[in-house]
Amino acid sequence: MDIPDHISQLHKKGFKARLQGFVTTVPLIGWFLGFLGAVLVEYSLGDLISYYLGLPKIPVLFGLLSVLKKPLLIPGTIGYLILVYGLPILLIVKSLQKPANKLAGFLDKRPVTVAALVHLGLFYGALHLWADMSDYRLLVLKLTMIAVMLTLSINVINGYMGEFSCSHPGFMALGAYTASTITLLLFANDKQFGDALLPEALGLYFFPLALIAGGIAAALGALVIAIPSFRTRGDYLAIISLAFLFIVKSLIENLEFVGGPRGMSSQPHYSTLPMVFIVMVLCIWIINNFVRSTMGKALNAVRDNELAAEAMTVNTRKTKIITFMFGAFWAGVAGGLFAHVLRYVNPGSFGIQRLAEILAMVYFGGLNSVTGSIVGAVSINILSEALRPLEIYKWIIIPLLLILVMLFRPTGLIAFTEFKPKELMKPRQQLGEE
Amino acid sequence: MDLFLQNIVNGLQWGSFYALIALGYSMVYSILMLFNFAHGDVFMVGSYIGFGVATALLGFVALTGIPLPGWLILILTILFSMFFTSFVGMFIERVGYRPLRDAPRASAAITGLMIGIILETGNLAILGARRLSFPQLIESATYQFGGVYVTNKKILIVGVSLGLMYLLHRFIQKSKWGMAMRAMSFDFQAVPLMGISINKIAPLTFAIGSALAAAAGILYGLAYPVLDPYMGILLGWKAFVAAILGGRGSILGAALAGFLMGFIEIFVAWIFPSTLRDVIAYSIILLILTFRPHGFFGQAHSTQLRL
Repeated sequence: MDIPDHISQLHKKGFKARLQGFVTTVPLIGWFLGFLGAVLVEYSLGDLISYYLGLPKIPVLFGLLSVLKKPLLIPGTIGYLILVYGLPILLIVKSLQKPANKLAGFLDKRPVTVAALVHLGLFYGALHLWADMSDYRLLVLKLTMIAVMLTLSINVINGYMGEFSCSHPGFMALGAYTASTITLLLFANDKQFGDALLPEALGLYFFPLALIAGGIAAALGALVIAIPSFRTRGDYLAIISLAFLFIVKSLIENLEFVGGPRGMSSQPHYSTLPMVFIVMVLCIWIINNFVRSTMGKALNAVRDNELAAEAMTVNTRKTKIITFMFGAFWAGVAGGLFAHVLRYVNPGSFGIQRLAEILAMVYFGGLNSVTGSIVGAVSINILSEALRPLEIYKWIIIPLLLILVMLFRPTGLIAFTEFKPKELMKPRQQLGEE
Repeated sequence: MDLFLQNIVNGLQWGSFYALIALGYSMVYSILMLFNFAHGDVFMVGSYIGFGVATALLGFVALTGIPLPGWLILILTILFSMFFTSFVGMFIERVGYRPLRDAPRASAAITGLMIGIILETGNLAILGARRLSFPQLIESATYQFGGVYVTNKKILIVGVSLGLMYLLHRFIQKSKWGMAMRAMSFDFQAVPLMGISINKIAPLTFAIGSALAAAAGILYGLAYPVLDPYMGILLGWKAFVAAILGGRGSILGAALAGFLMGFIEIFVAWIFPSTLRDVIAYSIILLILTFRPHGFFGQAHSTQLRL
């Protein structure tokens, strides 16, 4: 009987090989279950454990924040992380290895949608509990999800299409202001637009429509850039989109009707965690399908050699314009969510600083890769939250890190890969062959 | 009419900052086909170095009692700051651009942006958030021509800028190094085979661009004596747009477009409410670029992204 490689590795000596064998034989759903278990442990015992370890309260962001402020807490925090995250995850993953593989095998035979829904439901449950423990976690989580959407949408333009767009904050601003105007006008009693025009109870159901309207506003803005700038190749788009960014920002500052430089505030509380999560998942799903479609392949062809693509009957101009509008649409949706998470927007939050942040996330994670975008957005976001105690030195460390990444991997950490959910969810161990 | 002439004078002054900074963008582009996105912050660093040099010279005068006149201190400040700031430019080239010469162009743009952020934040970390005020080295004087008021600083600023541009022009057209630079911008691939090292020309280009930015920084400090770490963002990005408008890689174009940018801004602020300045100025630039995609003097060569 043939023994597959990854199983025969288990019988080899050596810790590294054993660990590798162990890690590679756990399916994704096993890890999700482990995470859920760890969160349950933290939910029920977190306060108690942190009390006995001498921590003032549970480490909110894996202790990264408090450790930098008070180095004395390092041993306690490490102990907490091992007790609450390390041990439960390992125990659950180890003990559920077989059933999890069975479950993954069962799901593998069902349609991808069903399997994906089960995985996402499990993941969401764990995240919800995790974020439930502190408001700060909730905020960081929401902002991270929005960052994932932004990074993905700019990756479509800068990575898959190979242009250099600088107008993402502008699209975000268009989406944020459009969505905020709709929700404030229709569903909220506020200073700017007066009483609500529709019953407030309807608001949450109309919110997705407001987001879509924001996305469409951003896409129309993109069309304005796209028409003149896709006539020539090169850095042309970079300049036009940069000018567009300044125009949008300055225009909003001059529109008294949306608050001018003061901005808009008291948006209704519609960006709940499930809402942000669902929109993010939709965004990942749609963008992933887009870049793997014929359109996406045409896009790569246009990037690599426009003349050859044209010869192969790709309508390059149409492809580029549609893609640019598509990317802008998702930036607008993300902007709408962003406005309702912070419940305050002003033109100042959509400037060059935000552009640098978005570009950092996409180039850190990797061009032309959905996985890379997710990794880049999550890691830069968590890092910038974790380094918050360092105050301004944060903005020295993150750029330095990015320069290093650029020097050693000029296209980002995980570039040019395909994101295949079906592969991810596969069982990692053939049962019955052991 | 007087007001019109007055605005012309103001536009000349305001435009000379843009022109000097835009020259740096354009020169680097003509050699490496890359934009140095940290250039706006080099302008800021140059201004701070100028502040340091001027303070040191004033301290020297106070300490030794040698009565140096104000104009001499100013000239020394400009020369020393240009010299020191050129090393900042060479450092940026060495760290951020040389290792990435064969990488996708966007990667170098990102390192440039990040170096810019580091310069801003580093400045903030070292000197703190308080704003410094640039020492006034020369006495202010105002002359009146008809109804137009011209200060001696305005004359100085425009004069020094034009002088530096003329020197640059002479350098590029007449000197051996300038010839090498022109050759390099003509053919990036073949010229290194002729024994001209890109590793000498590229740092030189960065150094000259940075020195010009430092001069702009000091002149800016004379006219608007408040320095803050983020001053490079505002002027730098606009000068970048001016460099594009002039035609990528064109020295003459960058200088002219810099002045044009200054005129547009001053006149828009004169005719319309000044809050609309950015909207209208950028819209005009978008319109120009729509009809002349390569700027005033740019050549229509395809720049395939090396991704």
